[in-house]
Amino acid sequence: MIHSLFLINCSGDIFLEKHWKSVVSQSVCDYFFEAQEKAVDVENVPPVISTPHHYLISIYRDKIFFVSVIQTEVPPLFVIEFLHRVADTFQDYFGECSETAIKDNVVIVYELLEEMLDNGFPLATESNILKELIKPPTILRSVVNSITGSSNVGDTLPTGQLSNIPWRRAGVKYTNNEAYFDVIEEIDAIIDKSGSTVFAEIQGVIDSCIKLSGMPDLSLSFMNPRLLDDVSFHPCIRFKRWESERVLSFIPPDGNFRLISYRVSSQNLVAIPVYVKHLISFKENSSSGRFDVTIGPKQNMGKTVEGVVMTVHMPKAVLNMNLTATQGSYTFDPVTKVLTWDVGKITPQKLPNLKGIVNLQSGAPKPEENPSLNIQFKIQQLAISGLKVNRLDMYGEKYKPFKGVKYITKAGKFQVRT
Amino acid sequence: MAASPAYGEEKGGSSSLGEPEYGHDPASGGIFASDYKRHDDLKEMLDSNKDSLKLEAMKRIVAMIARGKNASDLFPAVVKNVACKNIEVKKLVYVYLVRYAEEQQDLALLSISTFQRGLKDPNQLIRASALRVLSSIRVPIIVPIMMLAIKEAASDMSPYVRKTAAHAIPKLYSLDSDQKDQLIEVIEKLLADKTTLVAGSVVMAFEEVCPERIDLIHKNYRKLCNLLIDVEEWGQVVIINMLTRYARTQFLSPNQNESLLEESAEKAFYGSEEEDTKDAKAEAASLAKRKPYVMDPDHRLLLRNTKPLLQSRNAAVVMAVAQLYFHLAPKAEVGVIAKALVRLLRSHSEVQYVVLQNVATMSIKRRGMFEPYLKSFYIRSTDPTQIKILKLEVLTNLANETNISTILREFQTYIRSMDKDFVAATIQAIGRCATNIGKVRDTCLNGLVQLLSNRDELVVAESVVVIKKLLQMQPAQHSEIIKHMAKLTDNIQVPMARASILWLIGEYCEHVPKIAPDVLRKMAKSFTNEEDIVKLQVINLAAKLYLTNSKQSKLLTQYVLNLAKYDQNYDIRDRARFIRQLIVPTEKSGALNKYAKKLFLAQKPAPILESSFKDRDHFQLGSLSHLLNAKAVGYQELPDWPDEAPDPSVRNVEVPEWTKCTSREKRKEKVEKPFYSDSEGESGPTESADSEPESDSEESGSSSSSGTSSSSSEEEDEEEEEEGSGEQSEEKEGEEEEEKRKKRKEKGGLRKASPGSAGSLPFPAAPCPLCSSRGLPRPLSPMGWAWWPMLSCGPWQLLSPAFGAVRTYELLHRMAGEGLSVEYCFSRRPFPGDPHMVAVQIQISNNTDAEVKSLRVSEPKLLAGMRIQEFPEIESLAPGDTASVVMGIDFCDSTQAANFQLCTHTRHFYVSIQPPVGELMAPVFMSENEFRKEQGKLTGMSEITEKLTLPEKCRSDHAIVQQVTSAANVGRVPCGADNEYRFAAKTVTSGSLVLITLEWREGAAAQLTVNSEKMVIGTMLVKDIIQALAQ
Repeated sequence: MIHSLFLINCSGDIFLEKHWKSVVSQSVCDYFFEAQEKAVDVENVPPVISTPHHYLISIYRDKIFFVSVIQTEVPPLFVIEFLHRVADTFQDYFGECSETAIKDNVVIVYELLEEMLDNGFPLATESNILKELIKPPTILRSVVNSITGSSNVGDTLPTGQLSNIPWRRAGVKYTNNEAYFDVIEEIDAIIDKSGSTVFAEIQGVIDSCIKLSGMPDLSLSFMNPRLLDDVSFHPCIRFKRWESERVLSFIPPDGNFRLISYRVSSQNLVAIPVYVKHLISFKENSSSGRFDVTIGPKQNMGKTVEGVVMTVHMPKAVLNMNLTATQGSYTFDPVTKVLTWDVGKITPQKLPNLKGIVNLQSGAPKPEENPSLNIQFKIQQLAISGLKVNRLDMYGEKYKPFKGVKYITKAGKFQVRT
Repeated sequence: MAASPAYGEEKGGSSSLGEPEYGHDPASGGIFASDYKRHDDLKEMLDSNKDSLKLEAMKRIVAMIARGKNASDLFPAVVKNVACKNIEVKKLVYVYLVRYAEEQQDLALLSISTFQRGLKDPNQLIRASALRVLSSIRVPIIVPIMMLAIKEAASDMSPYVRKTAAHAIPKLYSLDSDQKDQLIEVIEKLLADKTTLVAGSVVMAFEEVCPERIDLIHKNYRKLCNLLIDVEEWGQVVIINMLTRYARTQFLSPNQNESLLEESAEKAFYGSEEEDTKDAKAEAASLAKRKPYVMDPDHRLLLRNTKPLLQSRNAAVVMAVAQLYFHLAPKAEVGVIAKALVRLLRSHSEVQYVVLQNVATMSIKRRGMFEPYLKSFYIRSTDPTQIKILKLEVLTNLANETNISTILREFQTYIRSMDKDFVAATIQAIGRCATNIGKVRDTCLNGLVQLLSNRDELVVAESVVVIKKLLQMQPAQHSEIIKHMAKLTDNIQVPMARASILWLIGEYCEHVPKIAPDVLRKMAKSFTNEEDIVKLQVINLAAKLYLTNSKQSKLLTQYVLNLAKYDQNYDIRDRARFIRQLIVPTEKSGALNKYAKKLFLAQKPAPILESSFKDRDHFQLGSLSHLLNAKAVGYQELPDWPDEAPDPSVRNVEVPEWTKCTSREKRKEKVEKPFYSDSEGESGPTESADSEPESDSEESGSSSSSGTSSSSSEEEDEEEEEEGSGEQSEEKEGEEEEEKRKKRKEKGGLRKASPGSAGSLPFPAAPCPLCSSRGLPRPLSPMGWAWWPMLSCGPWQLLSPAFGAVRTYELLHRMAGEGLSVEYCFSRRPFPGDPHMVAVQIQISNNTDAEVKSLRVSEPKLLAGMRIQEFPEIESLAPGDTASVVMGIDFCDSTQAANFQLCTHTRHFYVSIQPPVGELMAPVFMSENEFRKEQGKLTGMSEITEKLTLPEKCRSDHAIVQQVTSAANVGRVPCGADNEYRFAAKTVTSGSLVLITLEWREGAAAQLTVNSEKMVIGTMLVKDIIQALAQ
């Protein structure tokens, strides 16, 4: 299936290659570079490129292109999903998925890739199994290794691969047994010029950090499970029990993982926690324009909106911006034409405002479109959908774990059209 | 000491990473030399006998390979280390070997013997890894060795090794395709494997080696469907795609009835020939019509078992299920996939890209499915352009009379976007909406005309092109627009737009009689500077004007044609010559001249603006070929539905093969029989052959709610089946468990039913109320053990209701035991060989995929005086099997637990058995007088009396006796007085008497007296009995 993998950085250097079948020459990447050139923007490189003898399927993650070479028919999503899994694994192992991290750990990367695919077909992609096979690098271990010459390869055999629950490694032991759940909800919205909501929905995930000894069998129930309209599960969850009782019952993997992601049913009206007043105008036949934006909190259940950041992709004709912010700071990058305003916390008493003059290229026609405003924010201790965890029970082990649930609401793709 | 300089060196090596010239430039001698030297010291390190040096060297070599540098000259030095003890060195050598073996085949052969040895290793993981590397070495000379190794591994007892064998099959096939026939045999064998670990890999091998051998799937079809949910995600994708193809060849179209019944609108899709040739096939067709379509239960099974996978976190799995539903499900059911697909739109942009392509195709055929999610396709300014364009495509496909106004409003926003490619696409989309929905055509046209005054030329040009297409539909009403566009020729520079305008004016010159010649005049002036496409249209315009208005345009036409005659482009010269001959009458010109006007000014059909995704669904959705809209290498066509369903009985599996799935399938046949007229014959006899009567009698003996007749149990089965639509792992586990219990019943109990017939046993009729808590490790239902007491010979036989309460305890949970689960209960039979021991019946079930060998007890840790009689070692326990053994424990009349280890050939589990006090005794028989006498001896300290209240349900003789005998292994003593119950027993070890008296006073009050030397036992017994009665 997957023949070869090339990792390419933004400047077009192939800094890692791995072949699972016969070697494919690097020159196959020329087709990719060609497509990249044509696309102008990195985001617009088509994920699937057809070349005379191969197909290239690529993803772009963290400023790295993962380009895989395919020779025969295969579902493209299969490859894309796998490549993302590879990137996730690097992230998991090295803390970041960057060129330097990969170069520094090239041997581990190679060992990982070797284990993840056999003859181009995925073999072990569960992080629990991989960590049993190849230990992630830590500073301490690398020091010890360099002195003693010992290795990162686990000398235990990967028994997890044989087990019925491949996502959990055996023999887990902790002195403090803890289970944390983060309910993170994101509001995706498009707000139109007049401030009315064109489209809004809530997407949520529950990320878990489970550090429990032995083989705990957990069940998590909600006060209002009916809110969850569409759910996708980690493989550990027993689908049947969800279907019948709306309870999440599972033997968790060890460590951090995403338990579920869900969408809140679209019938529920979404409470938009912020509003934006804006006045952006470009004058005809003059090289300037006005920019005036105010952000204010709306119904937010008594919680403060914080971490507010606004980013605006200004039209190409904009040369510079001369603004004053009543709160926070702003930057304008004249090359990418991106305006970023880091607002911070919003207090209803004093609404943050950013206004001033936009300098346009002289002679250029006035931009027709006003740029859209992308807003980010965060509200702690609140799940905007109202979802509430009812209780967490543990079976199968005798100790009493420490349990914690945290709620947070964020802006997802939150866009205000102007 | 030696390692640290090496480490430093490696630093130096990796720092050279940043310099691309390094080593790429052989001309610079210095660098070349140092490179060469470096390899020299690597060789030295590899030859040393220190593992740390070797490791360092291998790490550097692997880093070189990763960068794509050639390290092949090190081959001899590296390959020597293939047998190195250090596991990491070994692994890195494997990496190297797999990379370069192809280039250095002779040397690679040196390593083969190591792997051959590895293939015989007792450890399954080493066997697997040896096979993996061996099969990855692409050296044709070892093909026979590989073949042999694969064959052997395919019948390995470890499923992990079998999985590796499945992976090795395509490797060998790509090395030597002559082995196909032999490989197919191996595939056939592995397809029959019933473990989830193997299923995905073998189907992958099947798809690569012999996708055309669909017949191999028949027997495994149901098993694959049932295993699907437990297969790892990548395997799921492959299996689902394969099953989609399979289903297309084996089942009838679920939508065929609708297509016949539905109105003519649908006819286009379903081939009008069918209607035409109806006469010929009249009989057959009418027959088909009369027979209502009934979905094959296997078809339904597939749909049901794949549905829960829509909830997978893996986008590829979701997409695979979605395409399966799109291609196979009845129209009414396809809708379920929309929600899942829309969910994927939140994912990475590459995933969005692929999903949107597929949604675009689906939305053409099944528009209704995505309509509720219209807003999810709204475009954000931050989306990448390729995503925007795909979303636009979907929005356009979804447009209909009711939602068009919202969509158009959305489009208006898009038109002002900064992304001009996107704006152009939006204009095209508006054009398509306008042609498809007549109601909004004028609105769209007006909007587009307004865009003609846009400042951006691209936008204007695109609008012109679209307007041209729209005007063709009703030109008469729009001469104003044509006039407006004629004026644009002065400004607009985009060739395509200019050409479009000229064509429009030429085509509708009678609507603009005054302007047309003027435009031609202007164009004649600038003719030489125009693009080719524009020139051609100028010639066309000239010709048309010449024909309609030759008075004004004759000279102009001549002029244009003369210019064209000497044009550089031969197409244009050609066209000029052709047109001149056609329109200018000369003596030589033929008959065509007369028809020139008809030729040029014929009514032309308006273009149909179609989605580029139309008809893409003849490719299997989700495939690479679909995405590229071209057949990719190795693409397997999705076959059309057959007209007649092939024989469904090919999927029936002979009973002895798979106990599990046959039982399922039989059950299914029973359930579905009313519809299943064809195969009635086969399912009939097996039903009667099963051991239903026995189990019935057993079950009716116990008090629990069991189905007493087979018909009622069938009904319940069916219910369960339906409720469990979309089988999931828990359910299956549950079933497996039930299945195992069943087996236990046979094995331990009567030992006469052959294991084969186990498969045809009916399921116990949804026996326990605990079923709802599926998935939790649940206690076995009491019924499962009902047979035991019947074997023990004692007065208990009379007290059969009590056995419902015989308790089983868990010794080793399935999770903790890594698939091995052990339960025990106290059989209450005297332990043969030692009367001082309590007999403990142990049930060991092997839920792993592998055989468990040499199960035995070892290292008992006992308190002083306690003894243990181990059960004989179980040599091996096949996967899915259950063994029942008896061991004896002398607990010394105490409730202290007996701790020991349960050992398998690989693992040791610490377990402990703690007896309830009631099991530490054996019943004795005595007369009433004897009882009184003994009781008289045991007074004072030895007598414990407790008052209690009997709950409602315990106020009958029967219930009281039952509760007491279930709490303790005691025998009833006849008693003259009403409302008084006596029981007697002796402790097993010391033989001390235990006498129990229960006096039932009026109402609920009662008094319990226990007389025993062993005060501790007495006290505990009182507690236990009271507890039992209170329940």
